[in-house]
Amino acid sequence: MNIPVFAGAVLFWLAAWAFNEWLVRQHFAHRTAASAARFAVPLLFGITILVLWEGIVRGFGIPSVLLPAPSMIWQRLVNSLPTLAADFRQTFLKAVLTGYALGCGLGFVVAILIDRSPFLQKGLLPLGNFVSALPVIGVAPIMVMWFGFDWQSKVAVVVIMTFFPMLVNTVSGLAAASHMERDLMRTYAATWWQTLVKLRLPAAWPFIFNALKINSTLALIGAIVAEFFGTPIVGMGFRISTEVGRMNVDMVWAEIAVAAVAGSAFYGVVALAERAVTFWHPSVRSGRA
Amino acid sequence: MREQSFLKDKLLPISTVVLLLIAVWYVAAAFLNAPFERDTAARAGTEIGFSEIVRNTMAQERPVLPAPHQVVAEIWDTTANKAITSKRSLIYHAWITLSATLLGFGIGAALGVLLAVGIVHNRAMDRSLMPWVIASQTIPILAIAPMIIVVLNAIGIAGLLPKALISTYLSFFPVVVGMVKGLRSPETIQLDLMHTYNASPAQTFWKLRWPSSMPYLFTSLKVAVAISLVGAIVGELPTGAVAGLGARLLAGSYYGQTVQIWAALFMAAALAAVLVMIVGFAHSAVLKRMGAKP
Repeated sequence: MNIPVFAGAVLFWLAAWAFNEWLVRQHFAHRTAASAARFAVPLLFGITILVLWEGIVRGFGIPSVLLPAPSMIWQRLVNSLPTLAADFRQTFLKAVLTGYALGCGLGFVVAILIDRSPFLQKGLLPLGNFVSALPVIGVAPIMVMWFGFDWQSKVAVVVIMTFFPMLVNTVSGLAAASHMERDLMRTYAATWWQTLVKLRLPAAWPFIFNALKINSTLALIGAIVAEFFGTPIVGMGFRISTEVGRMNVDMVWAEIAVAAVAGSAFYGVVALAERAVTFWHPSVRSGRA
Repeated sequence: MREQSFLKDKLLPISTVVLLLIAVWYVAAAFLNAPFERDTAARAGTEIGFSEIVRNTMAQERPVLPAPHQVVAEIWDTTANKAITSKRSLIYHAWITLSATLLGFGIGAALGVLLAVGIVHNRAMDRSLMPWVIASQTIPILAIAPMIIVVLNAIGIAGLLPKALISTYLSFFPVVVGMVKGLRSPETIQLDLMHTYNASPAQTFWKLRWPSSMPYLFTSLKVAVAISLVGAIVGELPTGAVAGLGARLLAGSYYGQTVQIWAALFMAAALAAVLVMIVGFAHSAVLKRMGAKP
């Protein structure tokens, strides 16, 4: 047991906490200083977690099989970049992105298609809501059986997982335009198509982006878990499940770090696109001011 | 607004769509299972007619896509015809998964509420924790599931708790986010009123913030209970198919028992539906008790 290391980590934690407490009570005259402080608080918290983690692992001599220290994970990550890149390509670029585009696109198209039939909407909407609550991930073994071990089966899982949130959100988004606005379009003698493109679709964007954001997380989860059921010898889910079996826990954590960064970046890109497209929405406008 | 009729606006459309889906399923089953029948016939050197193919595809031992009635028969067989303690009973496996789900959901919900209370009342916690809580939702946390199971197994913690921990982890985030939103939902006017009453922070919390957060709490609980079931199922995958619905899925995929996979899948779906419905009933019961108009 290495008390000084652990004590140092705890000291750092207390100091960072105190500093954060002090920081959030400050009032900055300058705008940039205020936003820098807002940015620094969570960053410092994240660093504190890492330091505390490192301190606990080293201080108590926890075997790396149970919980590797962050420095060790980082080292492993840097050393095995080619493997991680290959896994990333297989899982993220092939399976996740294809499945995400197909699933979201399909959900959107079906929502537009059933838009003219209230009967189908009434039938599909409760069903879609119901399916959204189901453990859809369970279809993974079936898809692996149908589409083989390679990335196509993961695409299928991702498509099924992302389809229903997109469908439900698009349908409710298309209903979001108010009667007043729709009546106005009618007085303009706008066709269904014109009303759709000029009024209802723009009004639906916040809902659609909500689904896109939900789906960005779901897609990655779906692809990784589907790989637990069978995969060629590359892929993030494959690496995680085999390296766990070989007790190379640091490699698993490195893979998780990659997945975390990829997932957050994916979400961030979708969120940025949302800000660009729905610039008129109150939640975005208030965020800028 | 026209009065909504249960028959015309709910039952009819939904049952039409469901029937349509079942019909599509039957056609797909016949279509997907047909190549196998043709192969067998060709190997036996016999001609096989269309009607015979269709009849055979409905009753294959290991079909590519089992017909709906096969799945229903399997569910009936493994729930009603087996003793509940038997390892072949689907109810036994569903119970294993359900117990992990409920334990994880309970811990996760309690933890989430506590953390939300902390975040609402402490600025430093809000500023430092909240971005990470949101960021952590974008991380495919399920990927860690097998590792948590194996690592906890290695130090001698096995059985219910590791699975429940995964469910906890998953169910805890929606609750935090929803509760923070809910506890902040009282308007400034209402908070000011509490201020003029000289209410203590505890009184403000119990008489204003807590009641007004209830709709948010139950909405996130619905998400949380569904996702904890997913967590429990995925948590059962890496333990080598011992028991539980996830284990049934994995064993089914190992041995090509498609009917078993579909039966487990439907059991999981039914379980999720029941859990969400229970939370929904609790939601409306609490709102009614609080005097909300339906």
